[in-house]
Amino acid sequence: MKMLLKVAFRNMLRNRRRSMMTGSAVAAGALAMLLFGGFVSYIFAGLETNNVQRIGHLTVFRNGYFLVGAGNPAAYGIEHYPDVIRLIRDDPKVGPMIRVITPTQSLLGIAGNFSGDVEATKTFLGVGLIPSDRDRMRQWDEFRIGQVYPPDPRLSDGDSARGLVGVGIARILGLCKPLTLSDCPATQLAASSAGSGAAAAPQHQDLTDLALRDADPAVSKSAGLPRIDLLAATAGGAPNVVSMVVGGAEAQGAKELDDNFIAMPLPLAQQLVYGRSEHRVTGIVLQLNRSEDLKAARARLTALFQQNQLDLDVRDFGELAPFYVQVVAMFSSIFLFIALVMAVIVLFAVINTMTMNVMERTNEIGTVRAMGVRRGGIRRQFIVEGWLIGAIGATVGAVLAIAIATLINHAGLTWIPPANATAVPLRLDVVGRPLLVAGAWIGLVAVATIAALLPANRAARLPVVDALRHV
Amino acid sequence: MAIQAASEARAVAAVARSTVVRLQRVARTYRSGAVDVAALKGISLEIPSDRFSVVIGASGSGKTTLLNIIGAIDSPSAGTVEVCGQDLAQMGDDSISDFRARNIGFIFQTFSLVPVLSAYENVEYPLLLVGMPAAERRTRTLSMLEAVGLSAHAHRRPNELSGGQRQRVAIARALVKGPQLVLADEPTANLDSATGASIIELMRRVQEQSRTTFIFATHDAQLMSHADEVFAIRDGQLIEHRSGK
Repeated sequence: MKMLLKVAFRNMLRNRRRSMMTGSAVAAGALAMLLFGGFVSYIFAGLETNNVQRIGHLTVFRNGYFLVGAGNPAAYGIEHYPDVIRLIRDDPKVGPMIRVITPTQSLLGIAGNFSGDVEATKTFLGVGLIPSDRDRMRQWDEFRIGQVYPPDPRLSDGDSARGLVGVGIARILGLCKPLTLSDCPATQLAASSAGSGAAAAPQHQDLTDLALRDADPAVSKSAGLPRIDLLAATAGGAPNVVSMVVGGAEAQGAKELDDNFIAMPLPLAQQLVYGRSEHRVTGIVLQLNRSEDLKAARARLTALFQQNQLDLDVRDFGELAPFYVQVVAMFSSIFLFIALVMAVIVLFAVINTMTMNVMERTNEIGTVRAMGVRRGGIRRQFIVEGWLIGAIGATVGAVLAIAIATLINHAGLTWIPPANATAVPLRLDVVGRPLLVAGAWIGLVAVATIAALLPANRAARLPVVDALRHV
Repeated sequence: MAIQAASEARAVAAVARSTVVRLQRVARTYRSGAVDVAALKGISLEIPSDRFSVVIGASGSGKTTLLNIIGAIDSPSAGTVEVCGQDLAQMGDDSISDFRARNIGFIFQTFSLVPVLSAYENVEYPLLLVGMPAAERRTRTLSMLEAVGLSAHAHRRPNELSGGQRQRVAIARALVKGPQLVLADEPTANLDSATGASIIELMRRVQEQSRTTFIFATHDAQLMSHADEVFAIRDGQLIEHRSGK
């Protein structure tokens, strides 16, 4: 083996320029695959982090909610949900995997702003949550991409009447001035300014009064912030209304969501949906410590619900956010395409180089065959040479990729990933992906080795006499 | 009667042991385009061991083909070839390669050294093929390089050596494993007459020391004068066999 490597290495140096060109093709392949792979890995990690921070890894629903419940969330409430949460948290298998477990209530309704001269209504898509749990979930950063958020003071466990709205719905509801939003129509700003402090229109006074009647009188921390009224049908089918202080507006990644989104503390959502009847939730969100536990946790939860005869269903974030799955599939396809193109380039470059090597060394092949080297020995020699060119090229490519990725990561570049509303640092995650580096290296070296097989076989099959006669 | 038969058998075995090469009605035909070219036409010969034998003939007479067949790097179209007591027709490709590695050394007209290996490594190469331990390999290689007068050039590559030095390396490489048979095809053809003479002298000397059978294909008159056996061939046929000693 030592002699094989020695001869291979020296022959590589003997045809320095040719070997360098072929090695460069392999290095370029490794570089392209690793830089794109690093970028894609970072996108995947960013998207996964974004989703897991928002909706957790797993959500427990009542059976049927996932498929048809969104039209009437109130009808799919989980009864005695604190008991279910306790059951999950106390389970010796799934319990230790959980970082955050928190109830959530989805709801649909109509939001209205009838303050001053403003009279605006808009259907909304609401979510009730526990603010402190939301803050903890937004700290999840398993992949260390640095996309963590400080606690959000606009939502607080201690102020159950204060919520958040999407920027789009805030504009529609005429909340531009009080929330100091940009890109607002001039007329709205003028009307809002002129009518500030005026009495609500008489025809909506009843609704506002009704909403304020059930508001928590202890809540007085929201002075100066605008209020909106939220109207929804209760689980029993009766209309209900609550008043919500708008703590702020937060842009959502998708325009549709931004124009409809309202987040509020869970008690407010439950008050709106269930009134004075038993408070339920539509989902129990689980954020795990590690994403790799997702399958095991899901399987355990399913078994747990069956054992306890609970009519519950578990869904993961990929099902709840299909956009994530689509983006992963799309970038994976592009990566595969690039990898295939690179593999084909490397394949032909190595075949060409090794074929020329075989032709130039035909007499040498004849000589060593005459000395007693078997056909297999000749085959091995050229395969090792292909492997060596591939290995050196792939190593150079990997080192370059790591260097370039490090440079880019320290250049302070930012970008807005899919479904994100805010810019995040642009990073190429090459160093943190040893499997990607190893996979690209092994893949390219394997292609180079396989490419050498064809010329190596040709060399091995050469009749000794013909090889010796070759000039 | 039985004693006589046994005695005859022993005599036959003794003859077989002392014969390194035995060819019987060996023919070799090549296909050249649409034409069959007969390079050898039913040659039969025997070459005894420890001899300095020369095959002479004009260009195209079949000398190289004969050596190739004896060296087990070509196979006959007809006839039987027995080298070092082995019927080559009975051996597969790997077995023949192993047979060559153990028993036959080659010296080529164009030296045919491995260009990326030093003189030392070229000489060591055949010992790697027979799986000799490293320490013994080193001793033998250095000793052989010394025998051909190239100890000082052991680490030079072939392109750093003169023609004569390269051929000395080739001789050392052919002899280092102690083969039963060394085949040399026009070993002095690419050398000037003085260098050629020194190479012949060297080969003659190492042949006498190693008791190895040498077979040369040549039309070099100097070589013929050193020969123990001379086989003359013309148009693929053996036309004369002279035994010098």
